[in-house]
Amino acid sequence: MARNPQHRDLFAGALELMILHSLRVKPMHGYALVKHIQLVSDDLLQVEEGSLYPALQRLLRAGLLESREGISAKGRPTRIYRLTRAGVKHLEREKSGFQIMFAGIARVLAVSKA
Amino acid sequence: MPWIRRLCRQRRYQDLSLSIQEHLEEKADELMEEGMSREEALQAARRAFGNVGLIEERSREEWIWPELDGIRTDLKYALRQLWKHPGFALTAILTLTLGIGATVVVFSVLNALIVRPLNVSDPQLLYNVEHKEHGWYMQSYPDYLDYRDRNSTFDGMTAYDTIRAALGTSQTVTKNFGYLASGNYFDVLGVQPALGRFFHANDEHGKNSAPFIVLSYDFWRQRFNSDPHVVGTTVDLNKQPLAVIGVAPKDFHGTEIFFWPDFWIPITNASMVGYSRHYLENRSTHNPFVLGRLKAGLTPQQATDDLNSISRQLAEQYPTADYGLNAHLVKPGLMGDTWGDPIRDFLAGVMALALLVLLAACANLGSIFAARAADRSRELAIRLAIGSSRWIILRGMLAEAILVALAGGVAGTLLASALLQGLSRWQPFVEFPYHVVVLPDAKVYVVALVLSLGSGLLFGVLPARQVRRSDATQVMKNGVGTEMFFRRFVLRDVLLGVQIALCTLLVAASLVALRGMERSLHAPLGFQPQGVMLAGTDLTMAGYKEGQFLPVQKRMLEETERIPGVSAVGIIDRTLLGEGCCGSEGVFRAGTTDFRKELFDSRNFSISPEYLAASGMRLLSGRNFTWHDDADSPPVVLVNVTFARMMFGTTPAVGQHFLLYGGKLPKEIVGVVEDGKYQSLTENPQPAMFFPLTQEINDNDTVLVVRSALPPTEIATMLDRTLSNIDRNLPLTLHSWPDALDLALFPARAATAALGIMGLLAAMLAITGTFGVATYSVSKRMREFGIRVALGAAPVELIRAALGRPLLLLLSGSIAGLVLGVLASRLLAQIVYEATPHDPMVLAGTMLTMTLLGLLATWIPARRSMSIDPAQLLRDE
Repeated sequence: MARNPQHRDLFAGALELMILHSLRVKPMHGYALVKHIQLVSDDLLQVEEGSLYPALQRLLRAGLLESREGISAKGRPTRIYRLTRAGVKHLEREKSGFQIMFAGIARVLAVSKA
Repeated sequence: MPWIRRLCRQRRYQDLSLSIQEHLEEKADELMEEGMSREEALQAARRAFGNVGLIEERSREEWIWPELDGIRTDLKYALRQLWKHPGFALTAILTLTLGIGATVVVFSVLNALIVRPLNVSDPQLLYNVEHKEHGWYMQSYPDYLDYRDRNSTFDGMTAYDTIRAALGTSQTVTKNFGYLASGNYFDVLGVQPALGRFFHANDEHGKNSAPFIVLSYDFWRQRFNSDPHVVGTTVDLNKQPLAVIGVAPKDFHGTEIFFWPDFWIPITNASMVGYSRHYLENRSTHNPFVLGRLKAGLTPQQATDDLNSISRQLAEQYPTADYGLNAHLVKPGLMGDTWGDPIRDFLAGVMALALLVLLAACANLGSIFAARAADRSRELAIRLAIGSSRWIILRGMLAEAILVALAGGVAGTLLASALLQGLSRWQPFVEFPYHVVVLPDAKVYVVALVLSLGSGLLFGVLPARQVRRSDATQVMKNGVGTEMFFRRFVLRDVLLGVQIALCTLLVAASLVALRGMERSLHAPLGFQPQGVMLAGTDLTMAGYKEGQFLPVQKRMLEETERIPGVSAVGIIDRTLLGEGCCGSEGVFRAGTTDFRKELFDSRNFSISPEYLAASGMRLLSGRNFTWHDDADSPPVVLVNVTFARMMFGTTPAVGQHFLLYGGKLPKEIVGVVEDGKYQSLTENPQPAMFFPLTQEINDNDTVLVVRSALPPTEIATMLDRTLSNIDRNLPLTLHSWPDALDLALFPARAATAALGIMGLLAAMLAITGTFGVATYSVSKRMREFGIRVALGAAPVELIRAALGRPLLLLLSGSIAGLVLGVLASRLLAQIVYEATPHDPMVLAGTMLTMTLLGLLATWIPARRSMSIDPAQLLRDE
């Protein structure tokens, strides 16, 4: 798949963070998750499937997510992902970490030329 | 429980596939809503998603330790590949088995003889002290005492000597080997007895004060049936009673690697068991080895300096006996390291050859693997196209190589262990206590593992370039890498060339060894061993004193002469080219009174007048001895040509005189005999002098040299009977002279065997290598050949096309190998007597061998290319 040059790579942990947050709002299946992130970011962020599915498996393995059988919007059998309690805790921790990082980056970028 | 985990994982994988499947469907549905057909929509969805297989694989990898699991899969796949190509797998494994096996055998021997030190605590601190220059590994006992008492750099210093003696219990008398050892011997070495006690320094109270004997463990087991009450009993050694005080531990075999003693007795008792009365007092005869344990933290150089300051004092104190005395430290265990150098050189040389064989094997396997990679280029291209990474493909190929290498390594090590076990049990010289234990130890197994992995990596990585370069689209378009095959110069060809060069080198080396062997068999010995029986005995063992020798010896000669069929019989005091041969002493010009600086050292022998006729040693000028040259007549001597030339140049030697050390009566040279080989077949011409038995005694041995046309077994029986009649107590060893020469021929034989095996392995590798490449070349071009035959090409042209390259490689490789062989001549000369690869026979032989090998290896492929049926072939394609 040709990469859209407008879409930058996310930095480490960002994809996981967004997945966790999105799934905290509402348990979803994979495709819905892609759509959701695309939608709420006003198309600014596009999740690559090539990263999404490995990331989901990573989170499942870490015990931050769980999956169960479910039905997609179109009525097909699929797997619905939802946060575990550990996932909620992890999300909170990560979110504050990210906020600190963003604040830091913002301050650095705010310094104008002397 | 692994199966539960696997089951869970299986479930996860299914879930994942389901999710992705649904993802694609949903996306397609959406696109269909925008107006696409289902087919278009599905395709578009898939395009947008990316490589489904790859993403799925990456997602799965999150669940496992990906590399490890990947490797497991790789190994499984590799195993399946090998299973499916048993011919290839077996060839590869067998090749490595031979290569690694050979290297492991050589390394084990090297390890046992050179790397692994004596079996005592802190062996690296032990040094033999030599005097004068390297090779003079004996010391005089008084000098030993001075070194021991005056030095400040050794924790302890012990002296030991080897002895052959008749050991009698109440039942039997046998000839055995042992050590004479100073009282502190076991304490300096730090060895504890398995039974009873050892003798100590405080057991020594002067000459013959300690009538004790310590038995070796094996001897105790074999001769005394592991009798726990052996301590306290008495045995006879050369008819002298000695009390058994202890048994040495099982794994202690003395301090000479090749000389495993049956017993140890105190060195102070040397004269009691038949050594010279002056053994302990004479400063100018050098008998025992001196072994010192360096103080921890000191360098050998500091110790040498310390000992040399003592040497200088001694030289001042005893200006004649200790003139020019100085000390050298050498590694112990191999006759003051005098055997160390040749053994090291030889083994290093053979090791280099073994590594070359392994390298050739790797080159061989490299070309097979490269060919396989080329064969699989389509498969690889497909795998690349569907998203496999080059690394994964490479990993798969490496897994195959490593698997083959490990299998070969294990098989090679097993083969080597079996060989080494045989070698350790093998006692080439029944007469002598030469034992070599070369069983592999941990070090050897580590080396085997490293070798296998190393070679696996080596030939596994070779085809990697091919994978790296291969362009999927190109290969799929062109079909099976034709483009790659027709390039002028492929890695495979280089590898084959290298391999053949190495093999030629090895074949040349083994031919050189064979020629050297042949030459040493035909080197002039200075005597005629054919048809001669040797009967060796030691009169001191039967309890005779020096003055009583002559009458017994005369009786032996007379009785033996009477045996029907005996044409001549003589006596010499040492077996030429036998074990323990030879002694030497310094010679001085007649009229000399200052005996500090000798003219040269000459081999010395005592013979009876009949010895010349019996041995076949030719008298070139002057006269032989007679029995009238006795103790009362003027001293006479026969010298060899080299002696005459060294002392008198071109002046005739007969009628001239010279002196021995401290002598007053000059010896008159009455005759000159031909040169000969005395100690080893490879020695340079040595000066030698022969004294009448009646005038000089050098050694306690009496060797009857019996020339007879009778078969050896027959004459042996009669000799045994005759000599036993003279004295029942005489320990007798009987063998034909050619058999006795085995010892002298052993190095040449060992070298020839080692090099021969290497050469054979190399030849086999050359065949398989050339065969592989030739067969491959033919099979790849079958289609082309079919067309050419259809168009009317003659078989000869096909053969030229098919085998031109392998043969060219064979030729250029052989020439390169020969050039290498000529360059390596110095290495070979160290290994084999009179080895020279410049020998036209060797050059021609090598070329002939390689040509034959080439023909052999290309015969089947050539037949195959000639039997092409174009119709059949083109239909198949």
